[in-house]
Amino acid sequence: MHEYKLAPTALPQLPKAPTGIEGLDEITEGGLPLGRPTLVCGSAGCGKTLLGIEFLVRGIIDYNEPGVLMTFEETATELAANVASLGFDLQAMQADKKLRVDHVHIERSEIEETGEYDLEGLFIRLGYAIDSIGAKRVMLDTIEALFSGFPNEAVLRSEIRRLFRWLKDKGVTTIITAERGEGTLTRQGLEEYVSDCVILLDNRVIDQITTRRLRIVKYRGSTHGTNEYPYLITEDGFSVLPVTSLKLEHQVSNEIVSSGVPGLDEMFTQRGWYKGTSILITGTAGTAKTTLAASFALEACRRGERCLYFAFEESPAQLIRNMRTVGLDLQPCVDQGLLRIEASRPTLNGLERHLVTVHKLISEYQPQSVVIDPISNLVSVGSISEVRSMLTRLIDFLKVNNITALFTALISGANGRMEITEEGVSSLVDTWISVRDLEGIGERNRGLSILKARGMAHSNQVREFLVTEHGIQLLDVVIGPLGIITGASRLTQRIQEQAVLTAQQQEIARKDRELERKRRVLEATIENLRTEFESVEEELRQVNDEEHARQQEMERARHSAATNLNNRLSGPTQRPA
Amino acid sequence: MMDSREAAAATSDTPDTWELRLYVAGQTTKSVAALANLKRYCEEYLVGRYTLEVIDLLQNPQLAEGDQILAIPTLVRKVPEPIRKIIGDLSNEEKVLVGLDIRPRGTH
Repeated sequence: MHEYKLAPTALPQLPKAPTGIEGLDEITEGGLPLGRPTLVCGSAGCGKTLLGIEFLVRGIIDYNEPGVLMTFEETATELAANVASLGFDLQAMQADKKLRVDHVHIERSEIEETGEYDLEGLFIRLGYAIDSIGAKRVMLDTIEALFSGFPNEAVLRSEIRRLFRWLKDKGVTTIITAERGEGTLTRQGLEEYVSDCVILLDNRVIDQITTRRLRIVKYRGSTHGTNEYPYLITEDGFSVLPVTSLKLEHQVSNEIVSSGVPGLDEMFTQRGWYKGTSILITGTAGTAKTTLAASFALEACRRGERCLYFAFEESPAQLIRNMRTVGLDLQPCVDQGLLRIEASRPTLNGLERHLVTVHKLISEYQPQSVVIDPISNLVSVGSISEVRSMLTRLIDFLKVNNITALFTALISGANGRMEITEEGVSSLVDTWISVRDLEGIGERNRGLSILKARGMAHSNQVREFLVTEHGIQLLDVVIGPLGIITGASRLTQRIQEQAVLTAQQQEIARKDRELERKRRVLEATIENLRTEFESVEEELRQVNDEEHARQQEMERARHSAATNLNNRLSGPTQRPA
Repeated sequence: MMDSREAAAATSDTPDTWELRLYVAGQTTKSVAALANLKRYCEEYLVGRYTLEVIDLLQNPQLAEGDQILAIPTLVRKVPEPIRKIIGDLSNEEKVLVGLDIRPRGTH
């Protein structure tokens, strides 16, 4: 029984032509299909022409593959001028015979149809252009212009079909641009003929912000990213921004970095944060988030590492001045080139532009730490899900590059209801520190607590802290009868404790004295009794002696009377007395 | 300008000369038919007043660019101005004549 299965090693990968466009090669997993036509459709102003031109230019510069650009709309000089700002010198490439730009001009009024014809002229021109420089890449922009020139659609369509087959046989990788139709991918239905790969560009305006998105509708013979990816047209050309680590496969480090605030470090068992993790500090207004962020930045610079600080609310000068008043001098770090502060209003650009700026600066500057202060006003630029998506990609990018990232976010509401953070940013970060206002009676104190720290044990207390001239100082924990206390209550607690202590001492002293007194009383009583006893004893003894003496007397008297009696009988009688 | 020339044509019936260029691609049936048809029209309506050039793009592909030739066969009327392009095998005589702006002799 023959099993019709190819061995895995025999399965060929569809050969692909790398585009050289940032991000596109990742989404397509290698590039466009080699030797096949790709359709790029989009509405006006999406950048289709630019995508095609960059494909050709990168082919020439990066892969040494000459290219032919057949343009039906703009002339060669117009195109060259358009892309000059991106640094593509089309004239020079043409002079070097690496690029050939053919402008095909179709003037409808000039043409009269009189009988059967075909578009062999187009084939000949294109063939000649390709053969003259040995091109491997071709771009046709935009072939739909033929439809306005030649009224016979049947002929046109069959010729177009023939053209694509011819291009495939020629073995050139082609990009064909087309305008988006209502309800269809292209106005003239070109997607029927180009079925190997179709890329759709979209230019959407949501809440007054324009976002550009790219989607690979179809890619025959290969897996590809199927979602919509935002893209930008920057000074360096086309840039697609996929989620960098779609697989969550980045390396981790076991190194610990300090937060810059010693008391805060102590709250973690590891005495700090893991390098390459992300930390979120949330708090209501005025809770020293920026100070914490600046402490972290300063500490990083003290270690000799570079730190990139994105300030979306304050200018660099203001930040430095404000931090100086709390004893954090950032100016020397800036002068040494260890700290770079980038400030801009988030509403200045779209979210994607921010992401690209961040990417670019990080690649240029190569910092080990990044601070973004705050991220909450990015919500004003996009919806929460968009911001979340952007932050996911940003955090992934930072993790892949092993950069420690610190974000601050403002939360609103006295009861701590969070919009952006609760929606899900907190699940993206590894460590979450909350800085809260602890409102006491007639005063506000600030406390910070660690809500989560992945990978290490941490204190669960809300530690009160002060922002002093020497930076942030965490105060010791004071435990009162109802738990931890803060602020002025500390003082009262202390006084109370003192009073209690004193009272206790006094009580003890009193008891001692009481004891003493009792002892003296006892001794006095004993003394009394003893004296009494002695006098009684004396008396008794006296009485005893008297009794004894009397008895002796009586005895003697009796004895003498008895003797007397004896004498009378024998002598003169005596009247008994 | 056009009117005066047409007026001149009406009176003289002969604007200077026609410069015609026929672009073909090899010996395909359409190309051969176009050439045959064209020769016939020229001999019938433009005797002695035309110059005809046949350009085979398979031999000289680079010449397609100059006149912006896409369809084959294409007849280009270079002179008189404006340039007219007539595509197809020229089997439709009416259209060819109108396109070339040739007034058929015998009808004014």
